[in-house]
Amino acid sequence: MPDTQPIPTTASVPAGDPQATPPSAPPGVTQATVVKKAAPKTDYKPSDVSPQRRVQRSFAVRLWSVRHSRLLEWFYARFADAFLMLHPLWKSIGYSRVEAPVKFIEKRVKGFMFDCRMCGQCVLSSTGMSCPMNCPKQLRNGPCGGVRANGHCEVEPDMPCVWVKAWEGSRNMVHGDAILNVQKPVDQSLRETSAWLRVTAQAAAAKEAARNAANGASA
Amino acid sequence: MNATPTHQRDENPAGPHLPLEPLPGHTSRGRLERVLRRGEFAVTTELNPPDSADPEDVYNRARIFDGWVDAINAVDASGANCHMSSVGICALLTRMGYAPIMQIACRDKNRIAIQGDVLGGAAMGVANMLCLTGDGVQAGDQPGAKPVFDLDCMSLLETVRVMRDNGKFLSGRKLTTPPQVFLGAAINPFAPPYDFRPHRLGKKIAAGAQFVQSQYCFDVQMFRTYMQRVRDLGYTDKVFILCGVGPLASAKTAKWIRSNVPGIHIPDAVVKRLEGAQDQKKEGKQLCIDIINEVKEIPGVSGIHVMAYRQEEYVAEIVDESGVLKGRKPWKREARSDDQIVAERLDQILHENMTETQVDMVKSAH
Repeated sequence: MPDTQPIPTTASVPAGDPQATPPSAPPGVTQATVVKKAAPKTDYKPSDVSPQRRVQRSFAVRLWSVRHSRLLEWFYARFADAFLMLHPLWKSIGYSRVEAPVKFIEKRVKGFMFDCRMCGQCVLSSTGMSCPMNCPKQLRNGPCGGVRANGHCEVEPDMPCVWVKAWEGSRNMVHGDAILNVQKPVDQSLRETSAWLRVTAQAAAAKEAARNAANGASA
Repeated sequence: MNATPTHQRDENPAGPHLPLEPLPGHTSRGRLERVLRRGEFAVTTELNPPDSADPEDVYNRARIFDGWVDAINAVDASGANCHMSSVGICALLTRMGYAPIMQIACRDKNRIAIQGDVLGGAAMGVANMLCLTGDGVQAGDQPGAKPVFDLDCMSLLETVRVMRDNGKFLSGRKLTTPPQVFLGAAINPFAPPYDFRPHRLGKKIAAGAQFVQSQYCFDVQMFRTYMQRVRDLGYTDKVFILCGVGPLASAKTAKWIRSNVPGIHIPDAVVKRLEGAQDQKKEGKQLCIDIINEVKEIPGVSGIHVMAYRQEEYVAEIVDESGVLKGRKPWKREARSDDQIVAERLDQILHENMTETQVDMVKSAH
């Protein structure tokens, strides 16, 4: 057997049995339970979590960020201004050339602080500094109906719901009511790009447009 | 046999499977919107989707609701368990004149597939669509499936609303005929963060929700508190709220649901009441009726959504005994006048001992 073969159901099924499907569930038992029980027993059995959760095992820093959402909001506003002031510099070097180093830093900083998934369209300021891409359903508009009574996720029972935390975080923020805005669907084509540079370029363009409009009005 | 065919209220005279006359202020040509906008107490229910390719299975499961409900939810692989698709069920139900609510879950389809299904559903005569996020794949019978979640319930609502009101796809490309649908969403007042839940309803209204169905309500006090906050925010004028109710089969089922189905909140008092009963199934039904009688009095509640999974035969009894319809008769599939002619003719051919050849038929025709 080649070592690239995955573990799935076919491995445990006796040779010659083409039907690898588990038996039908008797009444009173869900098919999900039957499927789980019929899974092959092996020595290497990863814990029962989603692949997304395997990437990130601890939430301490993420939860710290939510608790200090007000501080981070203040810092982020200053930081965005500073980045905008550097717009001429970015432009002279070229946004495309500066993207690689900026993205390198952004990915690590936001990855450490918020468990950022680099969706490229950051909404942290509207979600109480709790990154919605960490939700197993990647909801960007609020919690699903499956939140457990203890405020944990239905998919990851040991993870506090990203949106419960987002609501708590937003209550500490000055502009926390931004959480009530309806967010557009994620543009998957922007994944693994720098949200910082995009926001800066857009803000610079808006500033430019406003200046032109003011000049046009005064002239 | 009466010569002048009588139609029921909310039925197209040319055939029950056809859309109704458009009314001013209505976004759909369906029955549910008419019932709700007239201010009548609406009753919806859920069809248990068959694991089969036989249309009769769908018809039989819909038939037991005949004359008791205003619309039937066609679930989209609820609990991430694979069943007949909601589009397929809707296609069958609209053929028979039923008013289905097509559920769309974001778990299995990306935005391209969903927008296509919205057009397809609307073309088949589906007048109501319910936008859901959907359960995670880990909950179902095929946990190895890829979770899609390209849109979420909110952006899905907005997508369909833009398709309907602006006649455009998400990309901005124009539709030649926009879908005329009554847009629904789900609410769960019984899960944290409780403070956020009423605001989330506000978001859903902003995104396009015109009616909402709630998760199972077993804790009326909690629902009452939620409704109070919703009324204070002024949302009851903008959306029709249908409270989700359903019978519990036994105390054991209640406990199982409580620990295995996230998002359903069953207080201890309910479990105790079931445990203390002689006939737990009967008590479960009575409990459901009691809850209906309480929630129908809450201001802002426009109807109920009866979910009786694997106890569908109880829906009629529950609706009847709770008296929420106040004597109103929802649309019911009836034999039409020409059905009678066809039946008589068939009877004649079968039982009359005469052989009719085509040549004779031509001769006797004038």
